[in-house]
Amino acid sequence: MIDLIVNGRVLATAAKTVGELVAMQDYVGGKIATAVNGHFVPVGRRATTLLNPGDQVEIVTPRQGG
Amino acid sequence: MNIRDQTLHESDPLMLYGTAMRSRLLLGTAGYPSPAILADAVTAADAGVVTVSLRRETAGGKTGARFLDLINGLGVKVLPNTAGCRTAREAITTAEMARELFGTPWIKLEVIANDDTLQPDVFGLVEAADVLTRDGFQVFPYTTDDLSVAERLQRAGCEIIMPWAAPIGTARGIVNRAGLESLRAYFPSVTLIVDAGIGAPSHAAAAMELGYDAVLLNTAVAKAADPAVMAAAFAAAVKAGRLGFEAGLMPPRDMAMPSTPVAGTPFFDLEPKS
Repeated sequence: MIDLIVNGRVLATAAKTVGELVAMQDYVGGKIATAVNGHFVPVGRRATTLLNPGDQVEIVTPRQGG
Repeated sequence: MNIRDQTLHESDPLMLYGTAMRSRLLLGTAGYPSPAILADAVTAADAGVVTVSLRRETAGGKTGARFLDLINGLGVKVLPNTAGCRTAREAITTAEMARELFGTPWIKLEVIANDDTLQPDVFGLVEAADVLTRDGFQVFPYTTDDLSVAERLQRAGCEIIMPWAAPIGTARGIVNRAGLESLRAYFPSVTLIVDAGIGAPSHAAAAMELGYDAVLLNTAVAKAADPAVMAAAFAAAVKAGRLGFEAGLMPPRDMAMPSTPVAGTPFFDLEPKS
């Protein structure tokens, strides 16, 4: 298990990649985009992007905006 | 729509990075009482473009998917924003995520410098615009009315410049009219869109009368007592302002001048009284 910061909150997870994290958090099938430590992780690279303790992960979705 | 409107739209459409738009009103999607009212307002505004954003998701991405379905059902083009970003790096990453989610190279670029004024950080804005245009984005930068900043943005590859009328959400209308006039005169062929600070249809008409190519607004419609009716009012104002600009506005004068002919005025003495 490692501690990550996911969307601003501490999360203990067994996920080793962004792809695994997305699956474990029930985001599969949702309309999301991801970034780790401020850098965009395209959908095609989620499975190969490794996570390290303390990584800051952003998981975002479409929302109303001005 | 009358014949004049049709002629206007066919002969002189708004061009956004090579895409011709029939409407010169761009509408934000935030702050409406309900999704249904948002949809009604977009329809009433006859908007061809709506702005959207990205936010953290906690419901497995399902909330975002529902919102996206709603927007896709409106038949409009989507302009994602980078609202809330405080650095060029944040804005660039947000733009990259937006491009993947919404499938568009368009990005309304916002880099915010100050929480109270929501003033653009123009240094970060230019930096981010440069990086994004090199990466294939088509950038719509939210900026001030500073001419030198607009010049830097254009040099960075922006074909569109979006100066504010007033700070976001203030509803003050055009605060620096002379500044916006200078921008229009200095960039006669750049697409200029007034973005932010518009509170009333008359503000939008005033921007269009200055020769601005379009107006982007959100709160004035979303927070109206009846957003759909207000959207229709803005649509009419934008069309009226544009027609007025195209027709050629008479310049103001310092002194009065009678509109009725003076010659032949009854009781007018041609000879001086002795």
